[in-house]
Amino acid sequence: MSPVLEVRDLRTEFFTAAGTLRAVNDVSFSLNEGEIIGLVGESGSGKSVTGFSLLGLIDAPGKITGGSVRLKGDELVGMAQPDLRRRRGRDIAMIFQDPIATLNPLLTIGQQMEMALAAHERLSPRASEDRCAEALERVGIPSARARLKAYPHEFSGGMRQRVAISIALLHRPAVIVADEPTTALDVSIQAQIVTEMKMLAREFGVAMIWISHDLAVVSGIAQRIAVMYAGRIVETGPAAQVLRQPRHPYTRGLLDSMPHATAPGQALRQIPGSMPSMMALPPGCAFAPRCAFASPACTSVPELTEAAGRSWRCFHPLDQPAQEGITS
Amino acid sequence: MNQHRETYLKIENVSKIFGPRLSMGDRILRAAIRRGPPPSLTAVSGVSLTLAKGQTLGLVGESGCGKSTLGRVIAGIYPPTTGKVMLDGLALMEEGRKVTTAVQTVFQDPFASLDPRMKVGEAVAEGPVAHGIVPRSGARAHVAKWLSHAGLDPTLADRYPHQFSGGQRQRIAIARALAMQPKLLICDEPVASLDVSIQAQVINLFLELRRDLDLTCVFISHDLSVVRHVSDRVAVMYLGRIVELGETHQVFGRPSHPYTAALLDSVPRIAAEGEVLMEVKPISGEIPSPLNPPPGCHFAPRCPLATARCTAEIPSLRETAPGQRAACHHAESQLAEPERAGA
Repeated sequence: MSPVLEVRDLRTEFFTAAGTLRAVNDVSFSLNEGEIIGLVGESGSGKSVTGFSLLGLIDAPGKITGGSVRLKGDELVGMAQPDLRRRRGRDIAMIFQDPIATLNPLLTIGQQMEMALAAHERLSPRASEDRCAEALERVGIPSARARLKAYPHEFSGGMRQRVAISIALLHRPAVIVADEPTTALDVSIQAQIVTEMKMLAREFGVAMIWISHDLAVVSGIAQRIAVMYAGRIVETGPAAQVLRQPRHPYTRGLLDSMPHATAPGQALRQIPGSMPSMMALPPGCAFAPRCAFASPACTSVPELTEAAGRSWRCFHPLDQPAQEGITS
Repeated sequence: MNQHRETYLKIENVSKIFGPRLSMGDRILRAAIRRGPPPSLTAVSGVSLTLAKGQTLGLVGESGCGKSTLGRVIAGIYPPTTGKVMLDGLALMEEGRKVTTAVQTVFQDPFASLDPRMKVGEAVAEGPVAHGIVPRSGARAHVAKWLSHAGLDPTLADRYPHQFSGGQRQRIAIARALAMQPKLLICDEPVASLDVSIQAQVINLFLELRRDLDLTCVFISHDLSVVRHVSDRVAVMYLGRIVELGETHQVFGRPSHPYTAALLDSVPRIAAEGEVLMEVKPISGEIPSPLNPPPGCHFAPRCPLATARCTAEIPSLRETAPGQRAACHHAESQLAEPERAGA
């Protein structure tokens, strides 16, 4: 099976007065039909910019300066805006963290959904309404047809995110980029949405990129995980393997610093220091200054090592199985 | 843990009701047209609890459950509508004014809690100088002491908040609260806006300072794993009421309220074998509006154990196991479920 989305050496840079910031640095991954990949990292790691770059949603002073994004075989990098607009929403769609910011407060949900439909399809008003009501029903919104006439403020946070999801699914895109879609929600609502999205992805065969800072959430939905640090993917692999036996010290550090990795009341195993400024990255491996395994070799950029469906960028990959640390 | 230690914090039947502030004209008008009282929101309803010296109470619940409002009542920021808060046997507030500096607060967002135009040293010194805890001449040394306690270089006192990262700012906020030499520290979502790796650093700092200074703490968070890690006791809130209260290991290991159990089930976890564990049973429905809560037990409409009694009669917070209390008519059925692993 050929992948629906293939990202090769993607590079996105921001040209600011203070200097050039490489937010996405040689990022590569691919996505099969119906597959969910979790893109994990802390703030400033470049995970969201990667998501925006896939849809070509990078504005000045930012620019995609290299690499390729192939969606069902077609190259999106460098594609003319009108052509790109024809693909966005139809073949690749996005769900954002904050549905309050993505929905127009002045239009009813129905009007917004019909606009999204009309962008790619010609339908009679009747058929259009049917499609919208059906889409809302699918994401678990009760009395969907009546709710089409409601405004965003009449919905709760969880329901609003469901509306955003139903809009993203309207054209049954091949790929959905979901940027922290449950971060703003309460845990009970998060659990509902994650469960529903897993089901929808399976049912529609939609491939998804689930961007999140929360390893635990990602572990519940993604088949594969890619961990980002300072603009680069430092490790990828099947979710269970990456979590059980991380190869990159940063992934290990992230897992260890979660509260449940330590007995209650004991000091957590923290990663020392903080993420370097993207304007002044250390040479070589950006994680080296915080890494317990760093050696002189780490001043050059580690090549991507691939083995058995996994890959990592590290001169000193961990190989011992984890004894503790990821027990719940 | 410290069962024998004396009670430091005592909260008696505290409620906090928010209502619109009406002018005299509005009141007369409402009376004239025979409109009832304006709608009010009961954010905290009849909460009583005690906390021993040196202990940490975790306050958990979802948005709108009243945990932050209760935190602010304990901190003396809001006067309670009914009931009172006692610290070490003395009233926290008299005639609507806070009369002690023994309780201080660390807020969620260190970007909002620090004045962007004030040097961090000045911000830390402001309270202690105003309250005569240190003389103005000793302020610099006091600031240096507390900044280094919070793991910051004291020479950074002359910088402005924007020159610090989020984690460092939260350290400054902690130094600022501790420079008042409080006995009780209220932490309202202190790590919620921080990245995982920074979160661990701040939690470690909190654990260390709590031990060294023998602080009594109220730790408010929506993040159950963080609360489980730092608290001796936990109170679970739902729509303004405490629904379960007990020792941390009891509440997490054997919840006796179905809401606690459902909340624990909703939390995504990474399993021992890295196996996906998120086959959760999400709680159905959403939190009802606190402006119009359901009758009886507020959780009844979403509860798998609910019966007719639950909508008719408000359950009282009663002992369900030694040291554990829950406000549920069916706590025994909930307790009959097997103990949770990893608690």
